Amino acid sequence: MSVESVFPALEPLLPRVSKPVQYVGGELNATVKDWDSANVRWALMYPDAYEVGLPNQGVMILYEVLNEQPDVLAERTYAVWPDLEALMREHGVPQFTVDAHRPVGAFDLLGVSFATELGYTNLLTALDLGGIPIHAADRTDDHPVVVAGGHAAFNPEPIAPFIDAAVLGDGEEAVLEITDIVRAWKAEGRPGGRDELLTRLAETGGVYVPRFYDVEYLPDGRIQRVVPNRERVPYRVFKRTTMDLDAWPYPKQPLVPLAESVHERMSVEIFRGCTRGCRFCQAGMITRPVRERSIEGIGAMVQRGLEATGFEEVGLLSLSSADHSEIAEITKGLADRYEGTNTSLSLPSTRVDAFNIDLANELSRNGRRSGLTFAPEGGSERIRRVINKMVSEEDLIRTVSAAFAAGWRQVKLYFMCGLPTETDDDVLQIAEMAKNVIRAGREVSGRKDIRCTISIGGFVPKPHTPFQWAGQCDPDTVDSRLRKLREAVNSDRSLGRNIGMRYHDGKPSLIEGLLSRGDRRVGLVVERVWREGGRFDGWSEHFSYERWVDAARVELEPLGVDLDWFTTREREELEVLPWDHLDSGLDKEWLWADWQDALDEREQDDCRWTPCFDCGVCPAMGTDIEVGPTGRKLLPISPVGKGSPVRNPTLVKG
Amino acid sequence: MQKLRLRYAKRGRLRFTSHRDVARTFERALRRAGVPMAYSQGFSPHPKVSWVGAAPTGVASEAEYVEVQVVEAVDPEALRVALDQALPPGLDVLEVVQAAGGNLPERVEASAWRIELPGVSPDRLSEAVAALLAAESVEVERLTKDGKRIVDVRPAVLSAEVSAQVTSASSDAEHDAPDLSRPCGILMTVVRQSTPTVRPDDVLSALRAVADLVPPVPAKATRMAQGRLDDEGRLVDPFAPDRAAEIGPGSGSGADGVVGDRT
Repeated sequence: MSVESVFPALEPLLPRVSKPVQYVGGELNATVKDWDSANVRWALMYPDAYEVGLPNQGVMILYEVLNEQPDVLAERTYAVWPDLEALMREHGVPQFTVDAHRPVGAFDLLGVSFATELGYTNLLTALDLGGIPIHAADRTDDHPVVVAGGHAAFNPEPIAPFIDAAVLGDGEEAVLEITDIVRAWKAEGRPGGRDELLTRLAETGGVYVPRFYDVEYLPDGRIQRVVPNRERVPYRVFKRTTMDLDAWPYPKQPLVPLAESVHERMSVEIFRGCTRGCRFCQAGMITRPVRERSIEGIGAMVQRGLEATGFEEVGLLSLSSADHSEIAEITKGLADRYEGTNTSLSLPSTRVDAFNIDLANELSRNGRRSGLTFAPEGGSERIRRVINKMVSEEDLIRTVSAAFAAGWRQVKLYFMCGLPTETDDDVLQIAEMAKNVIRAGREVSGRKDIRCTISIGGFVPKPHTPFQWAGQCDPDTVDSRLRKLREAVNSDRSLGRNIGMRYHDGKPSLIEGLLSRGDRRVGLVVERVWREGGRFDGWSEHFSYERWVDAARVELEPLGVDLDWFTTREREELEVLPWDHLDSGLDKEWLWADWQDALDEREQDDCRWTPCFDCGVCPAMGTDIEVGPTGRKLLPISPVGKGSPVRNPTLVKG
Repeated sequence: MQKLRLRYAKRGRLRFTSHRDVARTFERALRRAGVPMAYSQGFSPHPKVSWVGAAPTGVASEAEYVEVQVVEAVDPEALRVALDQALPPGLDVLEVVQAAGGNLPERVEASAWRIELPGVSPDRLSEAVAALLAAESVEVERLTKDGKRIVDVRPAVLSAEVSAQVTSASSDAEHDAPDLSRPCGILMTVVRQSTPTVRPDDVLSALRAVADLVPPVPAKATRMAQGRLDDEGRLVDPFAPDRAAEIGPGSGSGADGVVGDRT
């Protein structure tokens, strides 16, 4: 069965939609393979707009890993905006990939990467446009196997009715193993149909197939137990961990879109995992242990990536980039190498206490001097002990003073509101901190044009964190604290006029909370919201709080639970949580003990520098911390070119 | 410091790129190709690339112009080959000349457009074009960021005729193969650069206004050439002075009145 491109049908619609370039594909380093010579075909989706989804590292890595296999084909698809969705429905154009514009419904697998739960309704749009039944139970052997991944897959229960499978953790090896199973099943003539294929995936222990697990509830609405409903399916599904990052130097050929995207840079993941132990941070909990890429591996990826993309900025990514054991050597080495080529470096995530001005200077040597951004997360010392974000105000003031003295004029600070045990006072301290930053900046620089922007997000308790038991703060309280904070910032105009404040109201966070800690019953809410027009819930102009609240009332009340029950209710120690059968490696008893430490305002050190505190991950997963310094060198050391990071001897005359 | 002038085409599905998309793609391609670009000084250095107008989003072109400055002398043809390879298919570098002084934007005062109207018969199109040319003024409304704006199309239209030609101007054969099963009127028109600029879309709006012509599917427009107008109303190649200077002083000078352009 060959598959035709839908482009001829799509093209006449494009002049009628906004930003048509996002639907035409043609990205640099994209791959289009012959359909018929592939044995296993993946469509990979990032369920948000193209401009957000394209730079996603996870999708890019899997796309390249899969396409390197000679008999495997992988293409990408993204959420289409409502203007194109309407035209596609009117003209019968199905959800398509941007690579060869093939219909998504024709692929063997549809892998969907959920960085956030707010993409769930977009999955339903894509399935429906693709002619794929939205309920997994209604799919036949002719439909793709829908596999969820990404951080939200650590609790995929709210989308359990819509997905066939979920994979927890790192995808590099998992996609190849799934590919092997699908390839073998197809080669054998698809024995046992879809059911047998899913069973083969489930019995590996590394692929969660929701339909093979029954959820039983207690009369009060809590979960009694989750049990497999057939033999060959394990009780618990474990997360995947890619240990040797140097063995997986992806993306090697990063995609460069024609359209503008949210990250206009070449990214290299310098380490994965984080053991700083911030208690609100799901990423830090579920990606343990820390695994560093070597300085040599980083240097090679940067050079190859610049040659392949032409980007002017290199982002050194991780959950806390200044924590790399060789970060000083890496930044200095790269700054030396790209001297005079207008190639700037950025560390998108840096801790105040791991940052110093030498590092800042290396980052801005060869290009734009971007602003400095830090995330104290909490305004008071007390709340920072609760969340275990142990940066002191003195550290912050010392760091920003050095930066202001060295010529920086602006600093951005990130905080959260609605944290467990939080009081008005904790939030009002944010204003004091910002004012102290302005005072310190004016003093060391002798200038008045110092700026500090505070950006505040609503806290959402996440599965697999010590705060998974916490009651989420209600939106009214969050909004009232933010109002008081604004008043406090503005109380002293001489300082307040140099402080910018950015925040959203607390309502979207509550819905994110419902989707984060929900169970299968929440799937009904997702479906109703989608049927009533819910799309792009991560975008404030498309998000409707009322639609979610109404759908939650209609669908959940008959079941004896409600929106508050899933969000603002604090859980007890022994409650069965919807994700307890999904194993992130973290010991539930340790998480509970850490939650109690939080309530007692007791901090927890980092296991990279102090003894193991038994979070459980390494023994459960057979992993270990992988950190340097390696003492190896960044190669090549010599500067690379003039006006470009690439030297082209054929161009220059004589 | 050397300045080079480039003519490039925007073809096939690449016509959906905006000017900002093209500019970003170009700058990255210059880096990948290893072109020793000159950068501006200051807080936020930018490569020295200057654009001469730009075809609107959704419109193809065989004649877009850009200038780049480099810090080491490069061979124009080697640059053309290297940059063309680094650019995606559909953004094609057609010609590169070394700048011989003068001001490139001043050598552009009109564009020749080719507008394909699938589903519109050449006869129907000819009637509409005749009505447009017969009018003294045809005002159309255009939606801009700042609301609606009235544009008089007629004074900018220097010539307009319906072509009998059937081959497609586009080179993206896979996706742009003309559908021969239905009629396709092709309009060739020369439009003067004016303020506000009259775009192919505006010409189509004018045809709708004077003759109620509404294409059943979106029309495809391609800019075929840009330049100054000579006495016969033909477009003069903007690179003519640069080319004359390359051949050397004394040869072919002054033939079309633009070679002696001030430097």
